[in-house]
Amino acid sequence: MAGEAVSGPGPGEGTAPRPDLESAAWWEGLRSHRVLLQHCRDCGRTRFPPMPSCPWCAAAAFDVVESTGRGVVYSFVTAHVAVSPGYGGSLPYSVATVELEEGPRVLGRVEPPSPLAIGDRVVSRFADHATWTELYFEAVAAHPSEPAAAHP
Amino acid sequence: MRGQTSGPGQTAALVGVGFTPFTRASGQSVLALATEAVANAVRDAGLHLGDVDGLSSFMVSDDSVPCVAVSSALGLGPLRTVLDVQLGGQAPCHLVWQAAQSVARGDAEVVVVYRALNGRSGARVGSMQFAGMGGQYRYPIGYGAYLMYVGMWAQRFLNETGQGPEDLGAVAVSQRRYARDNGRALRREPLELDAYLAEPFVVDPYRRSDCTVEVDGACAVVVTSLERARDLAHPPVVVASGCYRAGPRPGLDIGDHLLWEDYTRNYTSWLRDELFGRAGIGQGDVDVAEIYDCFTSTVLMGLEGLGLCARGESGAFVRSGACGLDGRLPTNTGGGLLAEGYLHGMNTVAEAVLQVQGRGGTRQAPRHEVAVVTSGALMDGSALILTADR
Repeated sequence: MAGEAVSGPGPGEGTAPRPDLESAAWWEGLRSHRVLLQHCRDCGRTRFPPMPSCPWCAAAAFDVVESTGRGVVYSFVTAHVAVSPGYGGSLPYSVATVELEEGPRVLGRVEPPSPLAIGDRVVSRFADHATWTELYFEAVAAHPSEPAAAHP
Repeated sequence: MRGQTSGPGQTAALVGVGFTPFTRASGQSVLALATEAVANAVRDAGLHLGDVDGLSSFMVSDDSVPCVAVSSALGLGPLRTVLDVQLGGQAPCHLVWQAAQSVARGDAEVVVVYRALNGRSGARVGSMQFAGMGGQYRYPIGYGAYLMYVGMWAQRFLNETGQGPEDLGAVAVSQRRYARDNGRALRREPLELDAYLAEPFVVDPYRRSDCTVEVDGACAVVVTSLERARDLAHPPVVVASGCYRAGPRPGLDIGDHLLWEDYTRNYTSWLRDELFGRAGIGQGDVDVAEIYDCFTSTVLMGLEGLGLCARGESGAFVRSGACGLDGRLPTNTGGGLLAEGYLHGMNTVAEAVLQVQGRGGTRQAPRHEVAVVTSGALMDGSALILTADR
C-alpha cells in the first residue's frame, strides 16, 4: 500500500524533475501517492526507470502496475556535505537504492538517515512539494516474529 | 619469452608522454593546455609535429576542445584519423587501443591521444548535471554528484566482500607514498591510516582522501608502429592488448545504474578474459598495475575484477604492502588520480608508459616488463596490457 502523505523538509524546487514522454506516468503516479511501474507483457519482468521497451527482451508492449512500496535496501550513501548541486535540504541525509518487492530498484531518501544498513526493510512515503511529489522511504521496524532482513 | 601470440596489438607501441603542469587554476585556455601537452608528447617521443597524422580525445559535456582545434593551433598537416568521443574516464585505454588499431591497419602512422580540461577552475565533472534522461530521478532528491554514485557501489561492495574503512584507507595511504616524489602530484603530504580514519565523511563511505583531486591540466601519449618505435627516443611500449566493455543494461546515462545487476563487479570483470587472453599473458605475469582511481574503492574492485586478487582479498592485499614499490605488484605508482590529480585517467596511461620504459625515477618499479592499465569505474570502461619490446 502507498504510504501516507508527509510534508517534510524538501530538497528544493530548484531541482524539480523534468518529466519526459517515458516518465510522465511515474511522476503523475507519485502525485497521487502511487508507485507505478512498467510490466513487460512478453517476458513478465517489471522495470524501472520507465523505458520504451523491455531491457531484458526488447518487447515494446507493457502494462502499468502499482508497487506495494515495500522493499529492501540494496545499497545507500549518507551525505554529510552538500555535494549534490542545487540540493536545499538538511544534512546529513541518506539516499538508498531500494529493491522493491516487484523486482525493480528505485532511488529515494531514507528517513531517518541513520541508522541504516544494507538489507534493511523499508516502505514508501511521499513528500508533496509545490510542483512534484517525492518518493522517499522509512525503515520498517523489524518484528520479532519475522525473519531477519535478508540480503537480496 | 612471454606473449608470443601475434595480433594487431603487437604491431603498435606507445612512444612518448606529454604533460602540462597540474594546477588548481591554470589561467590558460583548454586549447592552450591541449596543444602544450600534445607538443610535449611528440617531442618526448623524438618525433616532430609534422609526423602527426592522427588525433584522438574525449570530453564530458563539452569540457574540452576537439581534435580539429588542436590540429589548427599546432599547424598539423592533413590528419588521416580523428576521434572525438563523449566519454569520461572510460576512454583513455579505449582510445589508445583504437589508435593502435589505426596504426596496425595503416590508417595512420603517428596518433596522439590527449585529454585537456580546466577541471578545477572550469567545468567540474564531479558535480556536473547531465541533461540525460536519468537525471530526473537523481537531482531532485540530492543524489547528483559522481562520488555519490560510486559510493553507492562501494557500500555494497564492501558489505558483500566483508571489507571496510581500513581497506579503503590502505589504498589512499599506499598511493600517497608514491606521490611524495612526484612533482606533478597535487597531494604530496604524507598520509597514515590513523589520519585517514580521523577524517570526517564527505559522503559515507568516502572521506576526503578517498576522492580524487580535481585539476586543470592536460596529458597526451603518442602511438606509432612498433617498427618505427624502435628508432625513437625511448624504448617502445608495446600495446599488447586492449579492450572496452559496457556490461548489460549500463543505464540511461553516466549516473543511472538502476538496471545494473551487481554493484560489486564493474566492467573489469567483464573484459578480463579477453584482455589477458589476447595478450597471451596471465595475471601472475603483471609487474605493474595502474588502476583507475577516481575513488579508492575502484582500485579494490579493479584488482578483484581483473583477477589480480581473489574476491574479497584486495583490501588485505593492499594492507600487506603489496602495492608499494617493494611489494608484489606496485600499483598506481604516480600516486594515482587520488594524489596526482584527476586527468580522467589519461595520466594513468602515461604513468604506465613511463614505468615500462624505466623512466619512473625514484618511483620506478623494479620489474616493469608488463603493465596493466584500466580506464573507468563502473558499468563501462577499458583496459590495456602494455609490455616491453621483447
